[in-house]
Amino acid sequence: MGEAMGSGALGPAMADSRPLLLGLKGITKAFPGCLANDAVDLDIRAGEIHALLGENGAGKSTLVKIVYGVLQPDAGEITIAGEMRRISSPAAARDLGIGMVFQHFSLFEALTVADNIALGLNTAAARRDLRSRIVAISESYGLPLDPDRVVHDLSVGERQRIEIVRCLLQKPKLLIMDEPTSVLTPQEADNLFATLRRLAAEGCAILYISHKLEEIRALCERATIMRQGRVVASCDPRATSARDLAEMMIGAELAAPAHARKPDAAAPVRLAVQDLSLRSNQQFGVDLHDISFAVRAGEILGIGGIAGNGQGELMAALSGEILALAPGAIALDGVAVGRIGPDGRRRQGACFVPEERNDHGAVRDMTLAENALLSAYRRRRLSRMGFIDRLRTLLFAGEVVEDFDVRTSGPRAEARSLSGGNLQKFIIGREILQDPGILVVAQPTWGVDAGAAAAIHQALMDLADAGAAIVIISQDLDELMMLADRIAVMAHGRLSPARPVAELSVAEIGLLMGGAQPERAEAAHAS
Amino acid sequence: MHLEIIARGERSRTWAYLSPVLAIVLTLVTSAFIFAFLGKDPLAALKVMWIDPVLTKRGFAELFVKAAPLVMIAIGLALGFRANVWNIGAEGQFIMGAIFATGVALYFYEVQNWPVWLAMIPAGILGGALWGAIPAFLKLRFNANEILTSLMLTYVASLILLYLVAGPWKDPDGYGFPQSRMFSDAANSPRLISGTRIHVGVFASLGIVILGWFLLQKSMLGFQLKVLGQAPRAAAFAGFSTRGLTWLSLLVGGGLAGLAGMFEVAGPIGQLTPALPTGYGFTAIIVAFLGRLHPIGILFGGLVLALSYLGGEKAQIALGLPAAVVKINQGILLFYLLACDLFIRYRVKIATGRAA
Amino acid sequence: MESAVLVSILLSVIAASTPLLLAGIGELVVERSGVLNLGVEGMMLVGAIAGFAVTYSSGSASLGILAAALGGMAMALVFAFLTLTLQANQVATGLALTIFGIGLAAMMGAGFVGHPVPKLPGLDLPLLSAIPVIGPLVFGQDFLVYFSIAAVIGASWFLYRSHGGLVLRAIGDSHDAAHAIGYPVIRIRYLACLFGGAMSGLAGAYLSLSYTPMWAEDMSAGRGWIALALVVFATWRPGRLLLGAYLFGGITILQFHVQTMGLGIPPQFVSMLPYLATILVLCAISSDATRIRLNAPACLGRPFHAAG
Repeated sequence: MGEAMGSGALGPAMADSRPLLLGLKGITKAFPGCLANDAVDLDIRAGEIHALLGENGAGKSTLVKIVYGVLQPDAGEITIAGEMRRISSPAAARDLGIGMVFQHFSLFEALTVADNIALGLNTAAARRDLRSRIVAISESYGLPLDPDRVVHDLSVGERQRIEIVRCLLQKPKLLIMDEPTSVLTPQEADNLFATLRRLAAEGCAILYISHKLEEIRALCERATIMRQGRVVASCDPRATSARDLAEMMIGAELAAPAHARKPDAAAPVRLAVQDLSLRSNQQFGVDLHDISFAVRAGEILGIGGIAGNGQGELMAALSGEILALAPGAIALDGVAVGRIGPDGRRRQGACFVPEERNDHGAVRDMTLAENALLSAYRRRRLSRMGFIDRLRTLLFAGEVVEDFDVRTSGPRAEARSLSGGNLQKFIIGREILQDPGILVVAQPTWGVDAGAAAAIHQALMDLADAGAAIVIISQDLDELMMLADRIAVMAHGRLSPARPVAELSVAEIGLLMGGAQPERAEAAHAS
Repeated sequence: MHLEIIARGERSRTWAYLSPVLAIVLTLVTSAFIFAFLGKDPLAALKVMWIDPVLTKRGFAELFVKAAPLVMIAIGLALGFRANVWNIGAEGQFIMGAIFATGVALYFYEVQNWPVWLAMIPAGILGGALWGAIPAFLKLRFNANEILTSLMLTYVASLILLYLVAGPWKDPDGYGFPQSRMFSDAANSPRLISGTRIHVGVFASLGIVILGWFLLQKSMLGFQLKVLGQAPRAAAFAGFSTRGLTWLSLLVGGGLAGLAGMFEVAGPIGQLTPALPTGYGFTAIIVAFLGRLHPIGILFGGLVLALSYLGGEKAQIALGLPAAVVKINQGILLFYLLACDLFIRYRVKIATGRAA
Repeated sequence: MESAVLVSILLSVIAASTPLLLAGIGELVVERSGVLNLGVEGMMLVGAIAGFAVTYSSGSASLGILAAALGGMAMALVFAFLTLTLQANQVATGLALTIFGIGLAAMMGAGFVGHPVPKLPGLDLPLLSAIPVIGPLVFGQDFLVYFSIAAVIGASWFLYRSHGGLVLRAIGDSHDAAHAIGYPVIRIRYLACLFGGAMSGLAGAYLSLSYTPMWAEDMSAGRGWIALALVVFATWRPGRLLLGAYLFGGITILQFHVQTMGLGIPPQFVSMLPYLATILVLCAISSDATRIRLNAPACLGRPFHAAG
């Protein structure tokens, strides 16, 4: 067990002679129905890169929001450079030399880079000569940035640079990075690490939040591991194996899903997409260009890529929320459905799990029974002559809850009362229990705890084994490598040709994610 | 000391029912203060406004006569409001319904037979639906905000009304007053209970409550409207047609408002006059909210608001209060209702200053 | 002679445009902060009667104008409390504000119907005001006309040149991000709402003290709603609002001139002109969906609850 590994908050860093920068003692924060932080202790020294490791829901975000002044603790003490402080607001945190780069960027789409940075600076003095200082900082740290561009035109990597430059302009003593690489290509992540190492060498402490074990082992010199709101261990990640870190984080050993499937190369094609192009209907969306692929019965196709490269639009095009221009652009079991909406596609045997759970895949303010009705009314015959069959609907919702181990008070509970992972299990269960011939899933385990993720992965593989064609659109490369038979990558609204997983390296996928042409990616692989 | 508002995990069903009741009570308390401010005995004034109107058989019946159009319109609006289609031009649709029905009544003025009245029903519905169709078309074709277009069309409708009663439909024997002729008896809704003004329209509105209940609470269509209103992306995911539901909301909303307008000219009034628009279309918005967009709730909400009209009339006569008191009360009621709805989603804690 | 007609037409255009401009610029700032207040009509009427009643009772137009602004602000405060503090639906609350405002103004004004007050005095500069055409147009207007122009310039400066304006636009673009950085979303929206209320109140004051210096029930006749449409027409930009308001002022005045030209068009049809024009303009602007999307504040009408 994890507790055996570390020894209190200080652990291996005991001998460190660098001055203590941030000290947390007994930090406790409760939300209705959950204790997010339970007497958390944490010490960070000047110039160290300190990992805060834990699963979704372990309490990492709550803890750093307290440090950054977004939340106030119910109990506990914060010391900065030895002095007890109360951090009443993010502005106060910035005054104390604390900067933070958020996971979901706190950027304003309609404003320019310079405006966005100005908004994060406390005083008029700090905003003087801003443009030239932005250019200077971004050049000296290798973070190219044009202060006059409007944010909605920028890539995710560029957006992250804005946040970092904004922090650096204030010469922080502590920089908090919340899951910074989840939106980057492997190459972009390497650049980020170089920047962070340089900052640390200059004496800036970095609190690095992640659940990606390998990058923590590569980057950080100390790790504090949280589970269910508590600090459960502390260690030197460079000297700890990824497997040990994972077990400390999860608190139990996980059974790897069985991957014994061998898809039949001669099985019939169930989902065929041919030269699909369409304009995005979203604000600042990405248009799709000439997308073609085919998925056979029993096969899982993984579609990777950095968020915001057209995955949302592809999902909408496959589900029928946006119609294709040509009927033949999408075919389900040989039937052209390009001009048919979601209901008609479900009739043809396709089911869908959109990326966003809240108010897309499910309606937060409706009961689970009503949410079961939402997409299963056709295939499970939950309505009759235009009237809702309440009993069948309740029974079906109950079946989903039962079969997929959804933790809830029952089918009459509102979707909003479920945790993210449980709601995801419900949505995936709702689609799988409709016995689809084709299933398209976006981000199946996004924000889901490891146990639930394993269950979802197993369910998807079982469905494929039963002869369904499955498409998984995910930003989580590990997930795709584990589940998919073939992988294709989306970049700038184009899809690379799908290739068998065995033939692909992470580096190659990284290049494809960056928008490199397949030929170049292959060349990189060969060299 | 300050209020702390904490989100509930689930919406409170108790408060969904309690909130309108609390809002009504708070409105009564507030209006008592207003009466006191205006120098009237608050309790006596409350009695005049809220109890006296229904003490007689005729008065009690009048409650239903007034509630009928409110309920009818509000059910149509509830369809749209559930789907986030904000038709606030029911007043205009009401007027157009009345105008179309009057057209039939005047055209067949010489025909002394009940089919005239019967023909006025579809005419009224058609007029209202037509006026509701315009914002629907403009919203779907040009993306134009239906709140503003439907409201602008209300002004247009009342100007059409003024034009008709001052021009082509002016009563030749009306001493120059801008109003139409009194309808022939055949064009008036049959009165059903002697000594009262209860007419067929009152029962029609009850029928619409029942139909509305089936549609909104039991049918797939009602479910679709609700999903569209709460989560448009989920509606798209489910494959519900935003266009179809928008058309439905505005056509049914307009049609029912038009029907209410038809019953108003063919019933209590019996002619087209510039005094026809009395704000039913706007009051029905309050009725719809007070009734939680639920047909049964709307029935009760309609009775409460009808009583406020009757009470307002009484208060004008007996207490010399200005007619505007009715509107103020209605506005306050809606304020309180919206405020009380907070309790459905949030718990409110009164925190007594935190340490430091 | 010709120029005298022209001047009178232009003067009446300015008069018809000013209330739209005042209310519109207020609502524009409110919407830029991400709040949709549909109660402009109600705030305008309360401002109109408050301004009229105080001017009539005290004899001071300045006090009246102040009262109108305060009246509008009081109404806006009710709206802000309900929608910002109590998280009520903004559309419904705005409608309630209008219904309530119509009633409140009618009740407050019951004793003032039929009483005139002196029209707001125009600027009277020696020599300058006497210049033909330009004199009365540029140097002969009343305080609220100049104030409306100044408000457009001021709002434009504030939104695009000041840090406060940047914060306000940022909150309208993403209240969550603004909150995460540490800006007081609710407080700033309160201030924006109060400003909007004051401007609507002044628009009302212009109606009851200058446009037709008297009080009549419902005297705003839908101008509050037209102002709301103008904000869309302006795609949330002060400069275009100025253009839109004067365009609409022009249409209103055109209507009077059509009526006097004796073309045989029934007056009711001519009176429809501003309302039909509003619909037309709304369709023309809104049909370009990308333009609306790029300019509309992304958080417009969305409730904000600062949870963990």
